Amino acid sequence: MLRLEPRAEPSRVMALASPLLALALTVVAGALLFALLGKDPFRGLEMFLVEPLRGGRALGELSIKATPLVLVALGLCVCFRSNVWNIGAEGQFILGSVFASGVALRATPSSGAGLFVLVLLAGMLGGMAWGGLVAWLRDRFNANEILVSLMLVYVAEQILSYLVYGPWKDPHGYNFPQTATFLAPARVPLLLEGSRANFGLPLALLLTGAFWLFLYRTHAGYKLEVGGLAPLAARYAGFSSRSALWTAFLVSGGMAGLAGALEVAGPVAQLTTHVPLGYGFAAIIVAFVGRLNPLGVVFAAVLMSMFYIGGEMSQSRLGLPKSLTGVFQGLLLFALLACDTLITSRFRYASRRPAIPGG
Amino acid sequence: MLRLELVDISKQYPGVRANDGVCLRVEPGQIHAVLGENGAGKSTLMKIIYGVTQPDSGQIRWDGRPVSIGSPVQARALGIAMVFQHFSLFETLSVAENVWLGLASEPSLDAVRDRIRQVTGEYGLELEPERPVHSLSVGERQRVEIVRALLTQPSLLILDEPTSVLTPQAIDKLFVTLRKLAASGCSILYISHKLEEIRALCHHATVLRGGRVTGEVEPSAASNADLSRLMLGGEPPRLERRARAPGEPALELKSLALPRSGLYGTPLVGLDLTVRAGEIVGVAGVSGNGQRELFAALSGEQLRGATGSITLFGEDITRAPPRRRRALGLRLVPEERLGRATVTTLSLSENTLLTRTEAVRRSGFLDRLGLAALTQKLIGHFNVKARGPRATAQSLSGGNLQKFIVGREIDAKPRFLVVAQPTWGVDVGAASQIRAELVRLRDAGCGLLVMSEELDELLELSDFLVVMAGGRLSPRIATADAEAQQLGEWMSGLWPEAPNDGAGAQHAQA
Repeated sequence: MLRLEPRAEPSRVMALASPLLALALTVVAGALLFALLGKDPFRGLEMFLVEPLRGGRALGELSIKATPLVLVALGLCVCFRSNVWNIGAEGQFILGSVFASGVALRATPSSGAGLFVLVLLAGMLGGMAWGGLVAWLRDRFNANEILVSLMLVYVAEQILSYLVYGPWKDPHGYNFPQTATFLAPARVPLLLEGSRANFGLPLALLLTGAFWLFLYRTHAGYKLEVGGLAPLAARYAGFSSRSALWTAFLVSGGMAGLAGALEVAGPVAQLTTHVPLGYGFAAIIVAFVGRLNPLGVVFAAVLMSMFYIGGEMSQSRLGLPKSLTGVFQGLLLFALLACDTLITSRFRYASRRPAIPGG
Repeated sequence: MLRLELVDISKQYPGVRANDGVCLRVEPGQIHAVLGENGAGKSTLMKIIYGVTQPDSGQIRWDGRPVSIGSPVQARALGIAMVFQHFSLFETLSVAENVWLGLASEPSLDAVRDRIRQVTGEYGLELEPERPVHSLSVGERQRVEIVRALLTQPSLLILDEPTSVLTPQAIDKLFVTLRKLAASGCSILYISHKLEEIRALCHHATVLRGGRVTGEVEPSAASNADLSRLMLGGEPPRLERRARAPGEPALELKSLALPRSGLYGTPLVGLDLTVRAGEIVGVAGVSGNGQRELFAALSGEQLRGATGSITLFGEDITRAPPRRRRALGLRLVPEERLGRATVTTLSLSENTLLTRTEAVRRSGFLDRLGLAALTQKLIGHFNVKARGPRATAQSLSGGNLQKFIVGREIDAKPRFLVVAQPTWGVDVGAASQIRAELVRLRDAGCGLLVMSEELDELLELSDFLVVMAGGRLSPRIATADAEAQQLGEWMSGLWPEAPNDGAGAQHAQA
């Protein structure tokens, strides 16, 4: 009989192997799914696992999707590790794109080439303001940060709509709800000709390193972690839960805002109602699949982006619904949670029942 | 015929052999002590008897018949009942409702009330079925658990460290009940590491050490030294203490009052106390009488006291955050080792960082090598059995973790140390080591405030005693003048009101 029994201590090997095992299970389940749908499983998996990585152009597209996911998820790592539940990164992302657009629309053809830096800083400021609002409501009125941060997403959407339908609407835009296209000085420079990959990619990698150092090598990161793992221990040690709350919301808001700014000043190049694509929500999964570790987040973001692109390609090339993306993302998260059991427990064959005669 | 017989019971857990060929023979109507340090395998053995876990090998015989006890339900069906150390009661329900919830069959609530009255009358347990549990003292709560067990008419009752939360008077009452129960034919398995109690109550004792039976004795015929030799394999060193002239006042409480926090918290009422440098003041009393609130007010976890009500070396610290208090030399060891004094899933190194900042560079980055070295030093110096600085806090036994925590605070060279339950759930060897460290600290001129539920420990450690009851502090008396009987009365809140401060009250007592 196969039995699950607790390990004496968590396994370091399984902590690393669990995500790989989860990926393998996802692939197997995905192959089964394609077979049941009457498609060639290999062709189907190719859409998800190979095509998104094939060639420079595909990699560029991948970076466009993965960069905002990494940035938002890095901020969320700080939040979730300190037990602060910001699930409204989407709203902070929107406010970031709005603030960034506010600066970008002021650009003239004669603006300096460094204007895009200001655009990005404005985006961060917008995200921080939106996140800080949640922190303030929590701190001052003890409002539930989960609800408030989520609700503010919808407020942010209304602000965005008001601006693009109203004062910021492009006068030459045939009445579409969008701003004018940003001028070159306000836009994030591309890395290579012929690819859409831009300056956001190295920035995200740089910030990944910075966040890793902050979380694992500084006293401030340690304090946040203690606050998240054991609030009573943090109180005993004298680590302020207020400062943890503010840090978490300002950092995660700023990162979501930066991602929003990179989105409007990068591939989209204007503010439209289609800017929010759900990166703020998807990043929650990315943060957890990446085990709230900045390095893990990069891998998780790449994987999630592959699933996005794979879903779109299954739709265009195999005639399957795009919602396959959600199925794959769900499978991965589910398998990972299941495999994580093996970090603290292990399977053992119990050959026989204990040798006690029945009574 | 034997009521219960265990033959060669063995149980292996990952990394530890909890029981190794254990034999136990319990006669009908016998009060049988199972004696051993923490980690000796007592709890595992009881879990096996109560069907919570199954042995890897060995045989259980009940009334002479071999049985396999697969679950607590089966154990209860055989007539085995257990009262756990930690109660499982709903605070908002009445006594009768709590008992009712735990019954397998479904009699009416009225019938349950009647049976509670009947059982409490029979065994001299004072308990009112209508009272809500939150209004009961800890001793009364334990009676609810015992009544719940007795309603199943057990022929074997297991009690796990039942006296750890009781006042001396409540212990006497419990013993009367247990003797009556045994006289009626019910066997009792009494788990404890308190030698005096076992010698006073039990007919027979089986002693465990490291998962093996090291001896079976008649406790009334054995001395404490005999028992602890069997338990420890040696005698604990005597605590040596020198007479010492008291120093300057270190910690002073002046009419410290705190409103009730939470539904079941205890408000603190006008606490006055002076602890001088170089002396140990013990706070006796049953837990839940304000010790938790007093600790939080001293640690800075609770900052609501009126300014001027807590001073440390002359500085008002009532509103000072924990960092400031540490800078003044105040160090604290809380009661909860896991989750408060340490973070369970973090390594010992990371737990060192909780209250120590030597390894934090000015830049805010961590000096990881320095941190590991400091942790290694604590492990070595305080004789902590751990794999190293990277072992998680939860991987240590209670005693070793406590040695680590006490070591972490003592190594910071405190000028004043507050310790809550220094040896709660700690084995005898580690406990005597911790007590020796505390006395050494006192001899070095540090002031200590020790809160403990174990009166014996306070009598051994303290220079002066105060008793905490109902959120108030009794006058302070010299330990040499204290008597257990009198302290027991004080624990119920009955002490002569003193018009003066602690020193005057001391005279009133003498």
